[in-house]
Amino acid sequence: MTDIYLGADRATDAEAAAVDAALRSRGVDPVVRPETERLYTSGTARRRERRHFLLPALHALQNEAGWISPGGINYVAEVLDVPPAEAFGVATFYDLFRTEPPAHDGDTFHVCVDAACQIAGYDDLAASVRAAGGHVHLGPCLGQCERAPALFVQGAGGRPDHVPADDEPFELPQAGDESLRLLRRIGVADPESLESYLAHGGYRALRRAGEMGAEAVLEAVAASGLSGRGGAAFPTGVKWRAVAAETGRPKHVVANCDESEPGTFKDRIVMEQDPFAVIETMTIAGLATGAQNGWIYIRGEYPLATARLQGAIDAARAAGLLGKDAAGTGHDFDIAIWRGAGAYICGEETALFNSLEGFRGEPRNKPPFPTTHGLFGEPTAINNPETLLNVLDIILEGADAYRTRGTERSPGTKLLCLSGKVGRPGLYEVAFGTTLGDLLELAGGISGNGELQAVLMGGAAGSFVGPDSLGLPLTLEDTRAAGTTLGSGVVMAFDTSDDMTDVVVRIAEFFRNESCGQCVPCRVGAVRQHETLVQMQRRGSLSPARRALIDEMAEVMVDASICGLGHTAASAVRSALALGLIASAPSR
Amino acid sequence: MTDTTITETAVTLTIDGQPVEVAEGSTIHSACVEAGIETPTLCWAENLTPVNVCRVCVVELEGSRALVPSCSRQAEEGMVVQTGTPRVRHSRRMVLEFLGSGVDLSQADDLHHWMKAYGADPDRYGDEDHPVERVEEPVKVQDELYIRDYSKCVLCYKCVEACGDDAQHTFAIAVAGRGFDARISTEFDVTLPDSACVYCGNCVGVCPTGALQFKTEYDLREVGEWRPEDQTVTRTVCSYCGVGCNLDLHVQDERIVKVTSPSDHSVTSGHLCIKGRFGWQYVHGE
Amino acid sequence: MFGAGGGTSSYAEVEQADVILLWGSNAREAHPIFFHHVLKGLRNGARMYAIDPRRTSSAKFADRWLGLSVGTDIALANAMGREIIHAGLHDPDFIAHSTQGFEAYAAHVESYTLDWAAEQTGVPAEAIREMAHAYATAPKAQILWTLGITEHHNAVDNVVSLCNLALLTGHVGRWGSGLCPLRGQNNVQGGGDMGAIPNKFPGFQDVADDEVRAKFEAVYGTELNGVPGKHLTLMFEAMEAGELRACYVIGENPADSEADVEHARKLLAGLDILVVQDIFMTRTAEMADVVLPASVAWAESEGTVTSSERRVQRVRPAVPPPGQARHDIDIIGELARRLGVSWGHPSPEELWDEMRSLSPMHTGMSWERLEKSGGIQWPCVSEDDPGSEFLHGWLWADDLEGRDPAPFSVTHHAPPKERLSDEFPLRLTTGRALDSYNTGVQSGGYASPIRYGDALDINPADAAELGIADGERVLVSSPRGSVEMDVRLQPDIPAGLTFTTFHFPELVDANVLTNDEWDPRSGTAEFKAAAIRISKLEPEPAGA
Ligand SMILES: Cc1cc2nc3c(=O)[nH]c(=O)nc-3n(C[C@H](O)[C@H](O)[C@H](O)COP(=O)(O)O)c2cc1C
Ligand code: SF4
Ligand code: SF4
Ligand code: SF4
Ligand code: FES
Ligand code: FES
Repeated sequence: MTDIYLGADRATDAEAAAVDAALRSRGVDPVVRPETERLYTSGTARRRERRHFLLPALHALQNEAGWISPGGINYVAEVLDVPPAEAFGVATFYDLFRTEPPAHDGDTFHVCVDAACQIAGYDDLAASVRAAGGHVHLGPCLGQCERAPALFVQGAGGRPDHVPADDEPFELPQAGDESLRLLRRIGVADPESLESYLAHGGYRALRRAGEMGAEAVLEAVAASGLSGRGGAAFPTGVKWRAVAAETGRPKHVVANCDESEPGTFKDRIVMEQDPFAVIETMTIAGLATGAQNGWIYIRGEYPLATARLQGAIDAARAAGLLGKDAAGTGHDFDIAIWRGAGAYICGEETALFNSLEGFRGEPRNKPPFPTTHGLFGEPTAINNPETLLNVLDIILEGADAYRTRGTERSPGTKLLCLSGKVGRPGLYEVAFGTTLGDLLELAGGISGNGELQAVLMGGAAGSFVGPDSLGLPLTLEDTRAAGTTLGSGVVMAFDTSDDMTDVVVRIAEFFRNESCGQCVPCRVGAVRQHETLVQMQRRGSLSPARRALIDEMAEVMVDASICGLGHTAASAVRSALALGLIASAPSR
Repeated sequence: MTDTTITETAVTLTIDGQPVEVAEGSTIHSACVEAGIETPTLCWAENLTPVNVCRVCVVELEGSRALVPSCSRQAEEGMVVQTGTPRVRHSRRMVLEFLGSGVDLSQADDLHHWMKAYGADPDRYGDEDHPVERVEEPVKVQDELYIRDYSKCVLCYKCVEACGDDAQHTFAIAVAGRGFDARISTEFDVTLPDSACVYCGNCVGVCPTGALQFKTEYDLREVGEWRPEDQTVTRTVCSYCGVGCNLDLHVQDERIVKVTSPSDHSVTSGHLCIKGRFGWQYVHGE
Repeated sequence: MFGAGGGTSSYAEVEQADVILLWGSNAREAHPIFFHHVLKGLRNGARMYAIDPRRTSSAKFADRWLGLSVGTDIALANAMGREIIHAGLHDPDFIAHSTQGFEAYAAHVESYTLDWAAEQTGVPAEAIREMAHAYATAPKAQILWTLGITEHHNAVDNVVSLCNLALLTGHVGRWGSGLCPLRGQNNVQGGGDMGAIPNKFPGFQDVADDEVRAKFEAVYGTELNGVPGKHLTLMFEAMEAGELRACYVIGENPADSEADVEHARKLLAGLDILVVQDIFMTRTAEMADVVLPASVAWAESEGTVTSSERRVQRVRPAVPPPGQARHDIDIIGELARRLGVSWGHPSPEELWDEMRSLSPMHTGMSWERLEKSGGIQWPCVSEDDPGSEFLHGWLWADDLEGRDPAPFSVTHHAPPKERLSDEFPLRLTTGRALDSYNTGVQSGGYASPIRYGDALDINPADAAELGIADGERVLVSSPRGSVEMDVRLQPDIPAGLTFTTFHFPELVDANVLTNDEWDPRSGTAEFKAAAIRISKLEPEPAGA
């Protein structure tokens, strides 16, 4: 599109080959224009065609050389028509990309320092990795909170990424429970086999949806009262209907598989253990909304889930369940996977679009909303995989039967991520309305010293509740009324031996690190909030003026930030202060 | 024959209790201007697409949970907007305070009045034992045309937009890094002469804080000789190609000290090329 | 183009165009702020075709680059015309009502088949076809060009070939569609408007027209010569023939800028008297018998200039002229006084008012209106006329406003005069760089960090064949002479073609190489198509 200027640095053959392979696997011809050909296509059309391959290309460079070199950037810039300064700006946005040569040739061992791993002693894990000669990078939640402390190994020199814990056999705490709906195939069907999925009722819902037609599917989803499970709890039926109403432009279905909220790991387990269900329900969403393009945006730290989803897509496509006239529904639909690269903010839907499109993962101002201006500025239905999974039952048994579970205003079941000081951490499914106390019981009660100090609900963006909340029914309406949230389904327990000041300071640091930096209230506010808490921790107390300042900062972040990250950055901190978990409690 | 006249529909909204009529597609900000209500802006400029990142222009909109940026939010029929509520004042004050606590606003002249108006006190964060983190970077002087002092940068994105697809399409600079560590940068922070920069100076033209500054201005400031009050501004036309770009010549002591272009002029929209922006030196001999 | 010379459209129209043909123009570098309007058009979804031998920085923004061989523009344009007619994409109603000569044109272009044109131009037939269809079917389409079209021996034919396309499709005379030549200097347009051309009075009124002349004579109070004067190239011919013995040069530097410059210098040196009025001590000024130091028009004096969209705008003094330098008006007035007529000391405004009383297309532009507005586009016939965004609206009027229909022209493909040969096998073409300007007297005044100097750009394949490395100094020869230059390998330039800018005559006297064949109608020399040879300076080191 532009008269791109490239500096003198050139990619190594290996870097170029890695980028070429990544692009070819996505159907892009990486050949740079034939120099003397007198008919050369470029322009805006070409830029639009290619820009979104930036993220995969950067992944290829990082994986090959262990960093993204100036020569590598120039190569990508030339092939994809992306100005090098912009490509650099994108590369430096993500934690998994380095733009300085690494001091070591080996893989990078990412160790999580967020709450569940903090209280599980991540420092011991880090020390043992270092002792074995591994290069440690301390970072945010890796979505393995049930098996804290967590480790993710980022490959270099072309070696694949790897999560050591994935080598262990998977077990669902509620395995064999007849009441499971969303998790019913997990541990039962083979996640790597389409036959097995079909044998366990797979693709019946899509066929049924094909018979019902888009309108009936939209009606059923609306009637079910299904709301989004990604955190914002927006009614899915409304969203789909809005996308279905858009005509004349390409439309998209995006599965938001970025799952990076500290304490959240539900989507990972669903994707790893039941990948075909994600693919099938996305296809149903495509049918209902009239969208032909499916995209999975998955966080970069989930290699197993990525592989299983890719396997499922390939198998489904081979079986005619994706592609032209998918599963005989008369609707064309296909799915591509894009990997994130370490940025919590990219789970925010509009940041996700920018990231996928090859721009910095900065949220957009809303309105306009994704239903009219989503991916590539086109109508988009974006959903969390858990949300999508609910559609199977809604189609197969009907909205009324679906609504027999849960409460009137929170119908259905909910996946909850139990971690921290509980007997059996892991993924649970309960009907909405189950109390917090019953849920903790189900997960084996409070471990550690057995005395519950607090529960973090909804993750870092959520809030703490105290032991007096065990009777709280877990519904959207009850949690909201109690001033807390289910959010992405995090339920993280702390016993009285846990240092909550440490935990809260780390939460504040998480937001400081994860703010995209776009808007002033969040970019500066998250830093000042963290500084104030560090000061409090060092002093062992919080002056009234500082206490008031925290509220003043919180107010502008809530009122004036662009996106949910800024809106929620002070929420856990303030709840901890309100509950007396910090400040009045003795610090170390 | 002419199809430039698009029939405009008007919308009416209420701002601070006062009904205001504006053309459809106008922003709340332009409605405020229409109503004579002054609103601070920082990342907005009439010749750039709104990025609504600074949030200094927020207003309260009935029915909206959070405040909304007036610079980008379109006015709609029946909207009820408040611009002077405690919430609005608080957010604006905090935004200014936050900025002042992290970067050097001494040359962000347009903000000083607002900081006073909202009582912003950027010094109340941190103390001697716990100094706050600030952006501190050495001034980048890499050529004779303009300098970059990112310790004054408020990350308003204007320069990136002007260099990018709002005007110049050179894309020499972009935002790099994330969060508080985000900076305006060339690829790998290479020097400007080694970058794609074509020295149109359009980034300098839109920078509101003095983070980007013509070398002539920088040099005069360094020796304490920058005297805007003694300057005249004369509008004329560039002497180079035949496009007819309007130039505003800023003259101090009978010497041109910088060249800008009116952002509301149909030929340039405020943007120039290297020749118009910097090619005036010959007027004063070599 | 069918009457007054000026771009038919406004910059704003380019922003709304659906298809843009950028023909022989590297506007990205030569007209950067005009190109901003093109970029807005692209952002708004326009499709752009760049027709240029080089894949210029402008061409890189285009959807398609059509890299035609130098000097084959007519072949390309006529083939487009034929394709448009054959595909039935021409506008028969417009042609019937508003044009004349269509049959002859259609019959003439019949031999310009796509395949033949592809052979001549080197552009694939499919690309020509696509461009023809895109242009013809676009609701709003613009053709923009610069010196790539006009610096040829057949410049006028090149231009009218493009006009033919607009007439064929009705892409002229209405908002959004048009033809825009981009002016190379800030007041080329204004100079022409003011009558600084050999055969016109201000407002493009013919000097040979008795009625017009009488009008001017009445106001000027003197008898005026009705015989058209000579344009620059004819002046040099007249010098050569010994007919022209004295020359008064205002703000030009022909001793550097003329094609076949050494010859031009010889002629200037041979004059009886050479007077130069300039703000610089240019090479021409150095040769002069008398130098009249002038003030800088745009920063030290009052006046107007006219842009490529016919926008008349005010220039104003911001700083006083240095030393003995005086305003052009004063110098000319003083000269008149010494020659025995006193014009008094008219102010720029008074002169302007006199001019607009004589030039109908300027009549509505009062000084006050110009002062207040951001400029007014001619024609502006009365003080309540807002000016004209586009020209030739009459083509669409039921009665053509009483004018004759616009004529199609028959143009013939004629390759560059200077043929490539075994002796001079490479084509040399010239152009501008972004940060520099013409002969460099103005732009040399500032320290541009992006200036690289005049080098000879050549395709890496040609360089390899000649055994030349990037940056190597070589001897470049044309039938007229030789110069030493540095070579720069440029993949964006097709094999067989070479390119250089012409900003540093004191370093690289590129115009020694250029051909002074010129177009008899426009007086423009063929800067764009010389034949050259490149030879290595040092003998090959042994064993290499
Ligand atoms: C900072 C931030 C991070 C988010 N991360 C995720 C995420 O990882 N996964 C997710 O599904 N939704 C996430 N969301 C919510 C999405 O913006 C969006 O609401 C959701 O994808 C919609 O899907 P749903 O309606 O099915 O919940 C996040 C929101 C914010 C503000
Ligand atoms: S609230 Fe934070 S994360 Fe969201 S846009 Fe603003 S700076 Fe970025
Ligand atoms: S001077 Fe022009 S090209 Fe250079 S960074 Fe600024 S806007 Fe971009
Ligand atoms: S350098 Fe200036 S224009 Fe650019 S982001 Fe910073 S403050 Fe804004
Ligand atoms: S993996 Fe450590 S908190 Fe989630
Ligand atoms: S001026 Fe509105 S957000 Fe910056």
